[in-house]
Amino acid sequence: MDEVMIAALLVATLRAAAPLVLAGLGELVCERAGVLNLGVEGMMLVGAVVGFAATITTGSVWLGLVAAMLAGAAMAGVFAVLTLGLAANQVASGLALTIFGVGFSALFGAPYQGHPIPGLASVVFPDLSRAAPLVQQVLLIDPLVWLALAAPFVVARFLDRSRPGLILRAVGESHEVAHALGYKVLRIRTLATLFGGAMAGLGGAYLSLAYTPMWTENMVSGRGWIALALVVFSTWKPVMLALGAFLFGFVTIAGFQAEAWGIPLAPNLLATLPYLATILVLVLISRDTLRLKLNAPAALGKPFHPAG
Amino acid sequence: MLSRRSLLLVPAAATLAAGPAYAATAPLKIAFVYVSPIGDAGWTFQHELGRRALDAAMGAAVKTSFVENVEEGADAERVIRKLAADGNDLIFTTSFGYMNPTLKVAGSFPSKKFEHATGYKRAVNLATYSARFYEGRYAAGVLAARMSKTGVFGYVAAFPIPEVLQGINAFTLGARSVNPKAATKVVWTSSWFDPGKERAAADTLIAGGADVITHHTDSTSVAQAAEEKGVFSIAYNSDQSKYGPKTCLTAVTHNWNDYYIARVKAALGGTWKSIDTWGGVKEGMTRLAPYNAAVPDAVRKEVDGVMAAIGAGTRKPFAGPIADQDGKAKVAAGQAMADKDIAEMKWFVAGVQGKI
Repeated sequence: MDEVMIAALLVATLRAAAPLVLAGLGELVCERAGVLNLGVEGMMLVGAVVGFAATITTGSVWLGLVAAMLAGAAMAGVFAVLTLGLAANQVASGLALTIFGVGFSALFGAPYQGHPIPGLASVVFPDLSRAAPLVQQVLLIDPLVWLALAAPFVVARFLDRSRPGLILRAVGESHEVAHALGYKVLRIRTLATLFGGAMAGLGGAYLSLAYTPMWTENMVSGRGWIALALVVFSTWKPVMLALGAFLFGFVTIAGFQAEAWGIPLAPNLLATLPYLATILVLVLISRDTLRLKLNAPAALGKPFHPAG
Repeated sequence: MLSRRSLLLVPAAATLAAGPAYAATAPLKIAFVYVSPIGDAGWTFQHELGRRALDAAMGAAVKTSFVENVEEGADAERVIRKLAADGNDLIFTTSFGYMNPTLKVAGSFPSKKFEHATGYKRAVNLATYSARFYEGRYAAGVLAARMSKTGVFGYVAAFPIPEVLQGINAFTLGARSVNPKAATKVVWTSSWFDPGKERAAADTLIAGGADVITHHTDSTSVAQAAEEKGVFSIAYNSDQSKYGPKTCLTAVTHNWNDYYIARVKAALGGTWKSIDTWGGVKEGMTRLAPYNAAVPDAVRKEVDGVMAAIGAGTRKPFAGPIADQDGKAKVAAGQAMADKDIAEMKWFVAGVQGKI
């Protein structure tokens, strides 16, 4: 195993995990504000298709990324109107959002199937495929991967060390108290939900614009659900969530590598390892039940009526 | 629901027109059931090309329709039953998992004809058909070995079922026929369609030194991964040259056009029978897509020659001597595997690195 191969495996890990980190961070902030949005998969799909369509139409992958974030936020906006404005059940509305996202993205995306576009890394570095092996690996760490590496720290700092972050957490812990203190609970929750949607859209766009640059129906393939699970298993901590996502990506890649080496393990077992390993590690590092209770937003999923 | 939108295309009133009084003039109603969205490349897309060819060749004599994105299992039976009840005379169900639902519906509609792709259960009014994809894979292996510097190939595969194992083995045997040291690394994605996972698998194989990668999965992300990293790929199902303009050498494709036209003509002429068809290069069911500009003329000629020899029956992909991964002799020199053994293949040939 030489250094190029090690670099390649690490970079492949980062890229496989990036969409999970981006979408997961969005959902984490949303849940810390007390809103449980199960529509991550649907928002990722809509982000993926709208980002792809905007890239094709405008010719700019950057506008595509912006469009994907707006589309994800628009989906989250619908969710916010239903659950925050009309106090509809969050679980049911979130599931409906995913089902809607699957259908809408397929319908909207039909004309965009089969348009090959260069991936984000090739857009940034057009000579990527001719670069020396080690250089190529470094260049494959595209801007969104860097974002996925930096964002967990930024979000952690925002939540733990900033005043708006403290207010957001207060809203998620006890909306009555936050309300009594004069904070606008619904406005804060709406903003958190929109942020969650924008990040999910960005995560989806990472798939359709950078990782597998194309649009096909249902291309997110359950990553939205994995991101949701990571939020819970990370006990709502941004850096842990990123670690979980990278671990998930690493075990996936390592499993493929084990197969390519001919290590005698059943493929079915290897396919389950990423899930097992991630759950196991995250449960172990967060097995302190008191801390777990302290971290779970107390008002998660509960509707809030300002008048009451 | 969106995925069932094409059901709406079948006019309910058409059922009335299919009565016996109109039998002489009414077109033959034909329906196709697809397992995934049609898209622009892939397994379902190839069957859709067959349906379009049928429309073009038969004109007003037939009336075709399709339902896409039908999940295998209970949902499939409902869709197939509805198509039969709607007066379709011939129904093609194009995925392995439709086997039992098709058999059940065929039993309830003895006057209708059914054809199931890649299955093995037949009835008086239920025929089966499939293609010898492995014949194209063998020629692709020859091409891969000629284009490779490392002699190491990557194979992204979905599930260890005979159809996939035949392809991996034939590819490896083809490669070893020109480079006896060639090795194929196999990685399983446990999914027919997951672009991200296929991409991760391709990344891993390329990292491990494979300089030609191929796949038996349904998305185009393997060809894209190869293009981004500047290694060669050989695609599956459909021509994917636009996803790898510089690096996608060719694709092992399947073509159902002639088969569908022949079967519909038989149904119209009253000669349709429940048979099992397993066509290959000779029948035009398995083909190679046009070569990439990177393939030199000498290699094109050689691979064309291999395809021609397979079509003529003078070269058999599974002709001995063949040893399995542990070096145990499986096929003796001078012998070729019987169709029955090929259809039930559950082992890897020497040269494959991977586990079933």
